[in-house]
Amino acid sequence: MRLPILSGMRRRDFLRNSAGAGLAAGAALTLGGYDKLWSPVRMNPKYDMVAVMGGSPEAMFDLGIQELGGMGVFVQKGQKVLLKPNIGWDRTPEFAATTSPALVARIIEHCLKAGAKEVYVFDHTCDNWVNCYRNSGIEKAAKGAGAKVVPGNSENYYQKVEIPGGIKLKSAKVHELLLSTDVFINVPVLKDHNSTRMTGCLKNMMGVVWDRGFWHSNNLNQCIADYALYEKKPALNVLDCYNVMVKNGPQGVSKEDVVQMKAQILSTDWVAVDAAATRYLKIDTEKIEYIPFAHKMGLGNMKLETLNIRRIQM
Amino acid sequence: MRSPNLRRFRIFFSAIILICFIAVFIDFRNLIPSKYINGLNTFQVVPSILKFLEVGTIAAAGFAAILILTLLTGRTYCSFLCPLGIGQDLFSRIGGRIKRRFRRFGFRKPFTILRYTLLAATIIVSIVWGMYLLILLDPYSIFGRFMTFLGKPAALMINNLLASLLYKFDVYTLDIVSIKGFQLLTYAVPVFFFMLIGSLSFTRGRLYCNMICPVGTLLGLLSKVSFLRIRIDEGKCTLCGRCAVGCKSSCIDFLNGKVDVSRCVDCFNCVRICQDKAISYGPVRIRRKEHKTDLEKRKIIAGSLLLLLGISRSSKGQEKNVPVPKKESTVKENRTCPVCPPGGISIEDFNRDCTACSLCISACPNQVLVPALLHYGIAGFMQPVMDYHKSFCTYNCTRCTEVCPTYALHPLMLEAKKLTQLGKVNFIKDNCIVKTEKTACGACSEACPTKAVYMIPYEGNLLIPEVNTDICIGCGHCEFACPTVPYKAIFVDGNSVHVAALPPENQKAEMETPVEFPF
Repeated sequence: MRLPILSGMRRRDFLRNSAGAGLAAGAALTLGGYDKLWSPVRMNPKYDMVAVMGGSPEAMFDLGIQELGGMGVFVQKGQKVLLKPNIGWDRTPEFAATTSPALVARIIEHCLKAGAKEVYVFDHTCDNWVNCYRNSGIEKAAKGAGAKVVPGNSENYYQKVEIPGGIKLKSAKVHELLLSTDVFINVPVLKDHNSTRMTGCLKNMMGVVWDRGFWHSNNLNQCIADYALYEKKPALNVLDCYNVMVKNGPQGVSKEDVVQMKAQILSTDWVAVDAAATRYLKIDTEKIEYIPFAHKMGLGNMKLETLNIRRIQM
Repeated sequence: MRSPNLRRFRIFFSAIILICFIAVFIDFRNLIPSKYINGLNTFQVVPSILKFLEVGTIAAAGFAAILILTLLTGRTYCSFLCPLGIGQDLFSRIGGRIKRRFRRFGFRKPFTILRYTLLAATIIVSIVWGMYLLILLDPYSIFGRFMTFLGKPAALMINNLLASLLYKFDVYTLDIVSIKGFQLLTYAVPVFFFMLIGSLSFTRGRLYCNMICPVGTLLGLLSKVSFLRIRIDEGKCTLCGRCAVGCKSSCIDFLNGKVDVSRCVDCFNCVRICQDKAISYGPVRIRRKEHKTDLEKRKIIAGSLLLLLGISRSSKGQEKNVPVPKKESTVKENRTCPVCPPGGISIEDFNRDCTACSLCISACPNQVLVPALLHYGIAGFMQPVMDYHKSFCTYNCTRCTEVCPTYALHPLMLEAKKLTQLGKVNFIKDNCIVKTEKTACGACSEACPTKAVYMIPYEGNLLIPEVNTDICIGCGHCEFACPTVPYKAIFVDGNSVHVAALPPENQKAEMETPVEFPF
């Protein structure tokens, strides 16, 4: 299940081809709506979404991925996998400003077990990246589990890509790993956010790009939704809601900002995951503008009642 | 002692010292624990004196050890411990190799007036007015700036080259570090001194140390009465002159059988060169006292007064330029005071103690420190200042305060630093994206580690920043993150005296742990 456009291709070729692909995609959009572009290459798992509650992050993932048919559904033998946790802030795990390191490690183990050739982990951090990687505990956990931890601190690592159909965001500089790997797994942590009110799957993509200042100054919510148009979408989203920062997000000031919710949501549809997550934070989904934006653009389904959700209490 | 091992030991020892200092200054990953850096800096004369004046403990009196060492052994400091001196020896050696197989220095008269004038002027100006001359002439700081302005970028370039090579092979042990330069004008000082000292040492050995360096002159004065020194045994000397030709300090007057100990840096080259074994390093022999007039001293005083007249104070300078914008913000930030690094206590205090060695600038993992132009006025030229356009002060870090050799930046515990307010946040609503574009942004509040910048309801679904200066620590992350150009919608105005910030809000979240699926 390699993305055909990405396998065995040099960067330069990729860029040349992606320009063409961009044109084609743009044409497709004008003809037939967005839905056709959405996840055409994946096998369909049994459920639209799996929601787990009551266990440790690792145990919930074990169960959740099993319900989706195992990691083998998403990762084929010999593939390169990119894991994008949230490592954005220089905070220790108790602050829940960053993804649970244990969860990251467990997902890596599943990927390697499914035959992944290599698993990479990175984030374009907001604070000093060395400290973020270290103090979040993710660097150690990921290396321990056998992944390669890759820096994202320099513009040299990023390549400009087109985002056909983007209303505000028409191009972005994305990390080269996103281009050179076969499978992309999004592992955000659910948090309060000061201006968008919530950060989850879609918002986590701000750590994949270099030039996020542009997003802030050009309608942040629309840019977040626009980025979801980009062709390299996550094969799987795992939203860590074990410890949830419910105020003072996204960085948090103290451990008092955190409520233990012991939950996790897994899905191929990131809009659906974000829509479900709003319920944990008790916010009206419509108020987190990028979710309805993305829904209207056909990038996922925020109507939870129409989804086939598997709920598991541990 | 006549052993050639003297020279060998000097080369071995000084090479290690030089390598250590280079490592300290290019350590961009902060791998060297600060206690080792402090240990190394203990025996640097000028930083040590300043630190002693600041804290007054015996532990900080490394300079006293150096003075005693000088009284015992002469200017060994200059050859064994001074990184600038050792660096010059290296240059001098390269120069000797390139120019001729054997370069001739020969005896030269000392620049008596110049060197004592500079010493006196440095001392007087430092005590009476400020750090003007010490910043320029302290050898440790000169070396530090060479490393920070020239050495570290070179090291980073090599690192980045290797990192991008390894990156191609899927190896991520090294990473690319962006090289953020400084204001062009601040390069003038290190580049000028590099050219001056470089060319002098290349052609004339230790001329800089014996003509300009105030530390060299001071130690030279002391070594006039030092116990151990280089001597010529006139009985054995055949007046071949090899020693004088090989003397980096041009201080051997072999015809008269004398060595000018005030200029001799105890490099022991002459000990090895002398084929007659007439030169040795050993205890001084008491001889008849020579009579000298006070003329020399009079010249010094006259000269130093002249020099002082030429220096005047000047007021604080203005802000710098910013990149060309697309959508322009309209209200200019009203900055009244520069932001001085943590541990500086107050700008006045900080300006008085900092020699602009730039170690903090090198050590800062966030590269937020830059050499000041006229932010602090002329006296603070080259001293570090926070540049929040370039970066911000990361919350969990006290590196600059740990490494400062002069205590211009006092050591701060992390918990204390997190409550030290370097400046206060100012919000300019008319520049803010939320108001001008009517879209969500919040980059400032997102970045704020204490939530001194928080969001309140604005029009419709929008939220707009509001500030609480009581809990602001002036780290500048909000200013750095703010995307507006050319003027920021939020900025930190420095505190001329650092104050304590209130601790951030710390209320228990009201939300309950859910017991079942909310969807």
